[in-house]
Amino acid sequence: MPMTELRTETMTVNMGPQHPSTHGVLRLVLHLDGENVVGAEATVGYLHTGIEKTIEQKKYQQVIPLVERMDYLSAQSNSFSFALSVERLLGIDVPDRVKWIRVLLVELQRLNSHLVWLATHGMEVGAITVMLYCFRERELFLNINELIAGFRMFPSYIRVGGLREDLPPGFHAAVTEVLDRMPAKLAEYEDLLTHNPIYIKRTRGVGVVSKADALGLGLVGPIARAAGIPYDVRKAFPYSGYETFDFDVPIGVTGDVYDRYLVRVEEMYQSLRICRQALDRISPTGAWAVADPRVVAPSKDKVYTEMEALIQHFLIHSQGFTVPAGEAYVPVEGPRGEHGCYVVSDGTNRPWRVKMRSPSLMSCQALPTMIHGGLIADVIAVIGSIDVVMGDVDR
Amino acid sequence: MDVASIVAALSAAVPGADYQPGTATDRPTVIVPREHLVDTAKVLRDDPSFRFDVLVEVTAVDYWPDEPRFEVVYHLLATTIPAQLRLKVRLAGEQAHVPSLHTVWPSADWLEREVWDLFGIVFEQHGDLRRLLMPEDWEGHPLRKDHPVQIKMKAKVHQPLQLTEQEFQANIVADRDVRGDRTRPGGDLT
Repeated sequence: MPMTELRTETMTVNMGPQHPSTHGVLRLVLHLDGENVVGAEATVGYLHTGIEKTIEQKKYQQVIPLVERMDYLSAQSNSFSFALSVERLLGIDVPDRVKWIRVLLVELQRLNSHLVWLATHGMEVGAITVMLYCFRERELFLNINELIAGFRMFPSYIRVGGLREDLPPGFHAAVTEVLDRMPAKLAEYEDLLTHNPIYIKRTRGVGVVSKADALGLGLVGPIARAAGIPYDVRKAFPYSGYETFDFDVPIGVTGDVYDRYLVRVEEMYQSLRICRQALDRISPTGAWAVADPRVVAPSKDKVYTEMEALIQHFLIHSQGFTVPAGEAYVPVEGPRGEHGCYVVSDGTNRPWRVKMRSPSLMSCQALPTMIHGGLIADVIAVIGSIDVVMGDVDR
Repeated sequence: MDVASIVAALSAAVPGADYQPGTATDRPTVIVPREHLVDTAKVLRDDPSFRFDVLVEVTAVDYWPDEPRFEVVYHLLATTIPAQLRLKVRLAGEQAHVPSLHTVWPSADWLEREVWDLFGIVFEQHGDLRRLLMPEDWEGHPLRKDHPVQIKMKAKVHQPLQLTEQEFQANIVADRDVRGDRTRPGGDLT
């Protein structure tokens, strides 16, 4: 029989929502022509928990633990952007020491999140060793969270008006130990992947996003920087004193999976630089919140001795504080891209509307564009490279 | 650029549009009339003095029971300048529809689906306005202020699929029709 009479048809394959490589519950419907992906649709929403609706019922300080559970790998980026937006509405400028501590914490958070990304991405393209090594080092960052807040994943340490409390004794020593250890470890991961011919074959030229696509699809963050767009919120719209830190923004060229890997690894080195500068500026004790009795409860020794302080303490912990009517959106550079919290206040002690800008949602939206025309095996590499957190997508 | 100069530049570029400056202090805010939204967006993207190349965020705020009830909020970003801008469209509760911006910025696709899903605001000419986060059979739009926070619903009882042999065959035929691959030699479907 001549070949022309053979009937071929595309095959539709359902990938997820329980597939181990979909980082949670992302569902992809792939249309395959042999091994080539000729069409793809992404379906999200399996993890929707209605956090934004819940927030509207809560007082401002109660929102912090809720937003931290959206992007669970970079919890403090969420609470940081929320705190910055509310502080903008309140007209508060926090003390410098608080700014440096916050910068230090979110940069440690970025290292932590990138380690999980490198671990899972490496494992999915066949480098199991990387997974084991990265999770080993991630433990150190979780230990720092445990030290400052007693909670490893969601410290809720960044609060509106400052921090929850002062740094614990031994904080500097613990962070210094981690910072001293990391450069050698990052070099170790690079030894395993950067020049590994198998890894390069799996990732170079795969999942390419052009500059125009990255901008059109709203991918501001590491994915856009890998495509050659030199935009970083920390440089373009500095917040929390980032303009005083010395660091570089790595830029890729081709926008493929390999460039995203290179950009994120270099970001880890830059984060270490920022952490060192921040740690040098932080004195072991000092101001840990703004001196504003509207927002921050008085210290315990005053509460026990002064009547006014006791009343203030009681009011803040029962009624919360009111925020002047208005709206604010202060973006921060999270590990996955621009995190931002749009807060609308009606002048009461509960937010009228809180909307978290989710970088993972935008990368999920761009996923069909990235995998179109590639092979089905590349789909796994691409999902790993965009670093989605489904809790952030579905909220 | 401050709000006044942005409003002046936009008014010159889009004749007949009545822009209002917003009161927000964190970034310039312009309130755009609904019928001029797409034209305004194109000017903001293409005009060399604006170059807002990224639509960062689309969301909505429900001011129920006040009127105009809804505000659709767009956050724009110019990566090269860099600059930030907020656009707002005010909508009455009875006429909750705006033109879609996905032809101007493709990122609007899912963001507008999310707003439709959670607020029930219709984006005209969107083409694929399905729910994004909520289940397909959800009734109502949960982020509206008149949507209850907690509802008790009866558990849905599973019903076995009732399908006759003829309906089953008809489904296969209809499916093949849709996919357009009925060219099998002999035309035999089974």
